[in-house]
Amino acid sequence: MFGKLSWSAIPIDQPIPMIASGVVGLVILGVLAWVVLAGHLPYLWREWITSVDHKRIGVMYTLLATVMLLRGFADALMMRSQQAVAFQSQGYLPPEHYNQIFSAHGTIMIFFVAMPFVIGLMNLVVPLQLGVRDVAFPTLNSVGFWLTATGALLVNISLVVGEFARTGWLPYPPLSELTYSPGVGVDYYLWALQISGVGTLVAGINLVTTVLKLRTRGMTYLRMPMFCWTTLASNLLIVAAFPILTATLAMLILDRYFGFHFFTNEAGGNVMMFMNLIWAWGHPEVYILVLPAFGIFSEVVSTFSGKPLFGYRSMVLATMAICVISFMVWLHHFFTMGAGPYVNAIFGIASMIIAVPTGVKIYNWLFTMYGGRVRFDTPMLWAIGFMVTFILGGLTGVLVAVPPADFLLHNSLFLVAHFHNVIIGGVLFGAFAGYAYWFPKAFGFRLHEGLGKAAFWCWLIGFYVAFMPLYALGFLGMTRRMQHYDVPEWRPWLLIAAVGAIIILIGIAFQIMQLVVSIRHREALRDRTGDPWDGRSLEWATASPPPVFNFAILPDVSGEDAYWSLKAHARQQDLEKREPNYKDIEMPRNSPTGFICAFFATIMGFALIWHIWWMVAAGAIGAFATFVAFAWRDHDEYVIPAKEVARIDRANIEERRALISLAGA
Amino acid sequence: MSDQFSEQHRIDLAPGDEGEGGVGLRVLGYVVGLGLAILLTATSFFVAGTDLVWQPSIPVAIIVLAIAQMGVHLVFFLHITTGPDNTNNVMALAFGVLIVFLVIGGSLWIMANLNQNMMPMDQIMQMQR
Repeated sequence: MFGKLSWSAIPIDQPIPMIASGVVGLVILGVLAWVVLAGHLPYLWREWITSVDHKRIGVMYTLLATVMLLRGFADALMMRSQQAVAFQSQGYLPPEHYNQIFSAHGTIMIFFVAMPFVIGLMNLVVPLQLGVRDVAFPTLNSVGFWLTATGALLVNISLVVGEFARTGWLPYPPLSELTYSPGVGVDYYLWALQISGVGTLVAGINLVTTVLKLRTRGMTYLRMPMFCWTTLASNLLIVAAFPILTATLAMLILDRYFGFHFFTNEAGGNVMMFMNLIWAWGHPEVYILVLPAFGIFSEVVSTFSGKPLFGYRSMVLATMAICVISFMVWLHHFFTMGAGPYVNAIFGIASMIIAVPTGVKIYNWLFTMYGGRVRFDTPMLWAIGFMVTFILGGLTGVLVAVPPADFLLHNSLFLVAHFHNVIIGGVLFGAFAGYAYWFPKAFGFRLHEGLGKAAFWCWLIGFYVAFMPLYALGFLGMTRRMQHYDVPEWRPWLLIAAVGAIIILIGIAFQIMQLVVSIRHREALRDRTGDPWDGRSLEWATASPPPVFNFAILPDVSGEDAYWSLKAHARQQDLEKREPNYKDIEMPRNSPTGFICAFFATIMGFALIWHIWWMVAAGAIGAFATFVAFAWRDHDEYVIPAKEVARIDRANIEERRALISLAGA
Repeated sequence: MSDQFSEQHRIDLAPGDEGEGGVGLRVLGYVVGLGLAILLTATSFFVAGTDLVWQPSIPVAIIVLAIAQMGVHLVFFLHITTGPDNTNNVMALAFGVLIVFLVIGGSLWIMANLNQNMMPMDQIMQMQR
């Protein structure tokens, strides 16, 4: 009846997951009770859960990412504290638990923090920057988000029911095969990633189509803001690379569920094929994450330097070059697997070449700042912190791209330090810069500056204190994923790294405080102009938060930095006084399709993990029925009358004009 | 879309593409495509099993037929043309082909090389004993 599921699946004898999940469960119950009792449920259902508005979906993606960041960071703290105490002792985490923690940390941070964070920001901003009303497929967008949430939910369920994978964030066979991992841990990993992978692919297709097909009048490719270009490149990579991940994991699923032999040791399986395929996805994935961050930094650096982006065209070229070359370097993740010297050399050289367009970008940002009047607001601090940190990470990357050096450093903590250096210093700093930069656009009030800066400094210093020792430990020969160790020379470095993790913890505490304080003082921090940073691209041309239709009249673009030239014109010719000819606007209706699909996908995923076959069928039929019901819907759009559009838009123009005259007086 | 606009682009329409004549013509386009696809498939099967042609030429013939099959699919079902409104589709196709070439070609190369450096199988068996 319930497949492999029984009461013994709940780890009552292990206090740490039980207490953690108990606390999390209480928090969730508390929030749910508050939502229901205070009567917010209908509002949440109507305005958020069923929303197909790209801005709302973007915010929900980002929210998912921040919540999962807390989970992933809790794992990080446990690893750091375990390694700090586990000198010539077992520490406080038993090996099987420790292995689950580092696997969950990596999986969560990549798939459920970094991915939703950048996809959320792209969702929120790209249609606004392109000057359009929504993404190409609004309901599909909602489906994509909720499927991602399903994946995150399954990973978290594994904390209470059963176990998570002990294989590391990429389930290398033969360890991940049924012979060596008979439990449900790897199955949780596989189904969480298959389901959220569908969501990511859907989001990728959606954003590619949006950039290619939905640009406002006059928004030619070479007038798009840099963030739209990096979005295009990143989502092209999603569309090209994620099917490889899905196919590879599907083969592992066939091995585990139906006794196939793709990656087994016996019966003609080839373990090395898994490493090859997973990294053919894995390396483009790195650029899927970091390209949008490059786009955010381009926007931030140009806005806060008050100058157009230096070398816009070289930046476009560099972005598209990275997009293609990222598919030519994947072997550098397994130099040591035994390929011959000339294969290693060619992939090593390709890996060094890909650093060139990235270097071009760094110079472009520096020259954008050069001669500009740089304002050091929080987003700009993240951008500068990124440039310094990322160069360091890039240099260590070029170092490990040299095959002989990689043979020494492979699987050591040097590698761990390197990829945290580029992912925290690149992707996460980018996400935080984007969060501080676009928060006023999404919610209509700014974030508290002082606390934002405090958070930045804690993160920056904490990062260096936590990860520079890992470089040293790599040279001292410490390998990654060690549950305990006996080498006295390593101990001081690991203690320093633990201190770094605590400094980052303080940074996160500042970020939570910043959010709470900003919401409390939102009236004082209100952004009435819709343009709090003196921005250059079209998202600042509309109100904050933007009305559901984004722009009352779709803007007409006549050059790069569309909103900047619009502002210059408005000042010269006082164009804002003209009364536009408002028209009715058709918008897509909200739809619960995404949520219901994800509900059934969760049931199906859980049932597949525990081999409850009748429930698999029920979930699959439910999800398919939802799709059929959606396909046969009669009304998919509603009309906002011209009068209503005019009322909303006039109010916004009035606010702006009042502030412009105030500034002039 | 104005009449003049569609007039200009008529020559760029792929068979069965929207905007060309009535439903009848579009269906005809798909039927022709299906006919060609079936013909090419049947020929491949026939060539594979026959001894009417010189044997070493069979793989080449099958490759040629497969490429023709792809062409039929692209023109009749995916509506790829060389027209200006089709640039995105052509670019997407080119990007897809490039990535498939890189990933499959690269994988074959890497895996072949890994196997070259492996110890011969009988020696591994020797060591296990």
